[in-house]
Amino acid sequence: MSLFIIVALPFLGALLPGLMNTAGRAACAGVTFTVTAAALIGLLTNAPAVLSGQVVTAGFEWLPLLGLNVTLMLDGLGFFFACLILGIGLLIITYARFYLSRDDNMGEFFTYLLLFQGAMVGIVLSDNILLLLVFWELTSLSSFLLIGYWKHLPEGRQGARMALTVTGMGGLAMIGGMLMLGQIAGSYDLSVILQNREAIQESPLYLPALILILLGCFTKSAQFPFHFWLPHAMAAPTPVSAYLHSATMVKAGIFLMARMWPVLSGTPEWFVIVTTAGLVTMVLGAVIALFKHDLKALLAFSTVSHLGLITMLLGTGTAFGAMAAVFHILNHATFKAALFMSAGIVDHEAHTRDIRRLGGLRRLMPVTFVIATLAALSMAGIPLLNGFLSKEMMLEEAWRTELYGAPWLVPALATLGSLFSAAYCFRLIGHTFLGPVRDDYPARPHDPGAGMWLPPAILVVMVVVIGIAPFLAEPFVKLVTASVLGEAAEVPKAYFKIWHGLVPALYMSIAAVVGGLIVMAIFAPMLRLWDAAPRPEAKAIFDRLIAAVVRLAERIALPLHNGAFTRYGAVFAVTVFVVGYYAWSTGTVGPATRAPQPADPVAIAGWLMLVAATLGMVFLHRNRLLSLILIGIVGLMVSVGFVFFSAPDLAMTQITVEVVTIILLLLALNFLPNRTPIESTVLHRTRDAVVSVAGGLAATALAYHYLLRDAVVTPISEFHLANSYKGGGGTNVVNVILVDFRGFDTFGEIIVLGIAALLIYALTEALLNGPVRARLLNRLPDQPRAGDMHPMMMVILTRVTMPVVLMVGFFIFLRGHNEPGGGFIAGLVVSIAVVMQYMASGFGWASARLRYPYHGIIGTGVLIAGLTGIGSWFVGKPFMTTDFTYVRIPPFNEFELATAMLFDLGVFLTVVGAVMLSLESFSRLARRAHMPDVEHPMDIDPSRGDPPVASVPTPAKEGV
Amino acid sequence: MEFLVASAIGILTASGLYLVLRLRTFPVIMGISLLTYAVNVFLFASGRLVIGAPPVLVKGVETYSDPLPQALVLTAIVISFGMTAVVVMIGLGAYLGSDDDHVNDPADEVAQRGDAS
Repeated sequence: MSLFIIVALPFLGALLPGLMNTAGRAACAGVTFTVTAAALIGLLTNAPAVLSGQVVTAGFEWLPLLGLNVTLMLDGLGFFFACLILGIGLLIITYARFYLSRDDNMGEFFTYLLLFQGAMVGIVLSDNILLLLVFWELTSLSSFLLIGYWKHLPEGRQGARMALTVTGMGGLAMIGGMLMLGQIAGSYDLSVILQNREAIQESPLYLPALILILLGCFTKSAQFPFHFWLPHAMAAPTPVSAYLHSATMVKAGIFLMARMWPVLSGTPEWFVIVTTAGLVTMVLGAVIALFKHDLKALLAFSTVSHLGLITMLLGTGTAFGAMAAVFHILNHATFKAALFMSAGIVDHEAHTRDIRRLGGLRRLMPVTFVIATLAALSMAGIPLLNGFLSKEMMLEEAWRTELYGAPWLVPALATLGSLFSAAYCFRLIGHTFLGPVRDDYPARPHDPGAGMWLPPAILVVMVVVIGIAPFLAEPFVKLVTASVLGEAAEVPKAYFKIWHGLVPALYMSIAAVVGGLIVMAIFAPMLRLWDAAPRPEAKAIFDRLIAAVVRLAERIALPLHNGAFTRYGAVFAVTVFVVGYYAWSTGTVGPATRAPQPADPVAIAGWLMLVAATLGMVFLHRNRLLSLILIGIVGLMVSVGFVFFSAPDLAMTQITVEVVTIILLLLALNFLPNRTPIESTVLHRTRDAVVSVAGGLAATALAYHYLLRDAVVTPISEFHLANSYKGGGGTNVVNVILVDFRGFDTFGEIIVLGIAALLIYALTEALLNGPVRARLLNRLPDQPRAGDMHPMMMVILTRVTMPVVLMVGFFIFLRGHNEPGGGFIAGLVVSIAVVMQYMASGFGWASARLRYPYHGIIGTGVLIAGLTGIGSWFVGKPFMTTDFTYVRIPPFNEFELATAMLFDLGVFLTVVGAVMLSLESFSRLARRAHMPDVEHPMDIDPSRGDPPVASVPTPAKEGV
Repeated sequence: MEFLVASAIGILTASGLYLVLRLRTFPVIMGISLLTYAVNVFLFASGRLVIGAPPVLVKGVETYSDPLPQALVLTAIVISFGMTAVVVMIGLGAYLGSDDDHVNDPADEVAQRGDAS
């Protein structure tokens, strides 16, 4: 199966559990299981190729200019991890089906789980490190959702936030590191990066890149000092803990260290940083785990400790260390997932995970006891179980590792870590399962159904099989090791054996187990000592740190963003002015290359009108209606200016937009006060005037200077003029640019317009359903209303002109490709025709006769435009490629048919829908409770034969 | 001619700025509209001023005005209608909800946030 499908399956499958939610829990889990199984089978179809040492690849270019390509790669390491993710995933899904209670939303859970699974598979199969980063962040996000799955638990929410903060920060650091790495290697493809070991290690950027990448790995894999989030993530449901926080996600950091091992390892920096972090984490995690009373917390810290162990092995930089790391990843995944599931079973059946309240479960839960004991003994490093083998290898590697010039340091600490590791395993077995049966369990414990114990049992079988017959796992582990090592080192010859002879590792191992038993014997006094000792609480430190950051942010943000918006405006204007002035005073201005054109009297007259209206608005702005009239004049003069300066399309657009804008503002003014009171002081107004005049002078100077100079670089407009007819089939270059050359821009713009209209609609809905509704309904108009709201003259006139206006719109639309016009203008013209009906006969009358909802028109328009663009795919052309042809139907002249016209139809419909929806939303606010439904288009209609005065509605009634 | 257009842009900008700095929503919206005119004309003028040469291809004619700024400004005009409508709706909603059409938050809240430092 193609690698694409393997990665895509979980993501696509994530849609299913939600849909199956109503079909029952079994169906929901079943579909999740099937999806995962399909991905696993697909993975296994690639097994022969991978096992024979090939690297399976698949890929296509996504954003080649950024170096971001969707390239996937399946080698031994990726195959190993993908098997772990999908294989353990299957077991977890089965387990979760029986673990979650009826109150839990199973569809939601499995959706998150599949999202996580897909992201994880994506990480391990990515060949492009940028793509890997995308998946990396996705695992952080899906892990956040899963940890916080029980939304009612505050620990869950806090744990989820903490995990996201820590791993998210690490992810940010890693982005920086990866970008540096890509810069050094000259490519973001792993296959290229892995070939450039020397170049990368010699680069001055090596150390920063290494530190940043390791920050990402250490946060993800909970290495000291970032280990603290993992125990808090245990607030998640146990299947999540078993899956994400022991077997898979926390291993992502380790995976990446293994992936980057050939290029990053082998330097003193790598050795010191990674080995130290690993060692400290291993010992610290093991010590803390011993004193945890919550089963899951104990397991969480033991996971931290084992992750430290693996990190340390990778840190040594030897081939043997890498092989031991790979082997321990496998072993840890098996026994730790089994242990988590066992802990979940205990919690599920005994209703507590507190070790102090447990004990004696051996007799009550024999099956669970056997599973948990075998897994725990494996973790403790007891022979004949798989944990023993990799722990021996670790100790052997530790024996040979010298850190900080002290040959005893690493072996001693490794033994100490193993000792505490053995101790907490013995405590887990002893204090939970052994001892006398108690009579005060919160619930009567018993073994669960097979659905819950079978998944861990399968893992424990693997624990035992690998433990007894390590040669079975050996070829596979060596294959994976070979792909970790790459060309940097040879796979070691060492065989996996239970008995290596009397080597130092054996003595260290014996010391650890015996020491662990001794610690158990004196556990009670040690616990008292531990409880009495002062120690830093990670969560408290983290909370204080976050609080300090929040305070800092408030200190910066609140004085700046104090809610005085006019101040923001003034600050912004002054800043733009200052920056512009700086550019002006430091830059150079070339001599004028264009001669000023003489101004004729018509232009001067137009200018005077524009200036008078504009200044009038400033001085008379307190009278709002008057300023509305004045802005109409401004708009009109701007339109005239467009005509004058050879832009007929712009003029037509401006004047039609002007009409609808004024109607809109009139509708709004209907509710707003009619006058703006004087509130600001003279000083304040003077300050504003100074700022404004400065801005105006700057704009004048800038515009005047560039109007007298030709463009420094040749504009691309020549291309449009030359190709408009040849390539686009239209002579109106502006329209061809809109629907053809820059069609994608236009597509985006009509979508924005549609969204704006829907936003207005939504705001209206919110207003009409909120507390404002009552006030609107009972509002008394502050000005006398017209007696004849729907005058006969206007009604007749709008009815008569409607078909004419529609025809004009149609005409403008059709000719748009070759003459001034097009979808935008036609849409505005048609909207005005419809708005006129609303104005003449009122909202109620008009909307009752309207058959098409405006949302639908917007949607249809966007769809038509989009489908026209997609249509070019079917003939193998890029998105939005247009085509045109000339046809002749007698008796008409030859005319042109272009796909661009369909696109323009989409533009037209969207504009009509958006304008109408906005205006209609405003007029809906004007409807009031006592407004009668109007049956008649006009108030006074002689043809009805009504008595003329009686039919006039109450004066309180309003127009549109 | 060039100075007329440049000064018109300047006057529209200055008036727009002044109105944007007012305290109530309606004049601010008017000011934004004036600034929209200024910006649109400014963008349009980046194609330089050409009289009597619309960018509609005709056989035998060689000079046309620059079509690209025109296409850009055309969509800008329509979009600015949409944006004006949204801003008006937000302002209207705020006024209907609180009976207050001030642009700024109440003075005591502003002072409180200033104290946070």
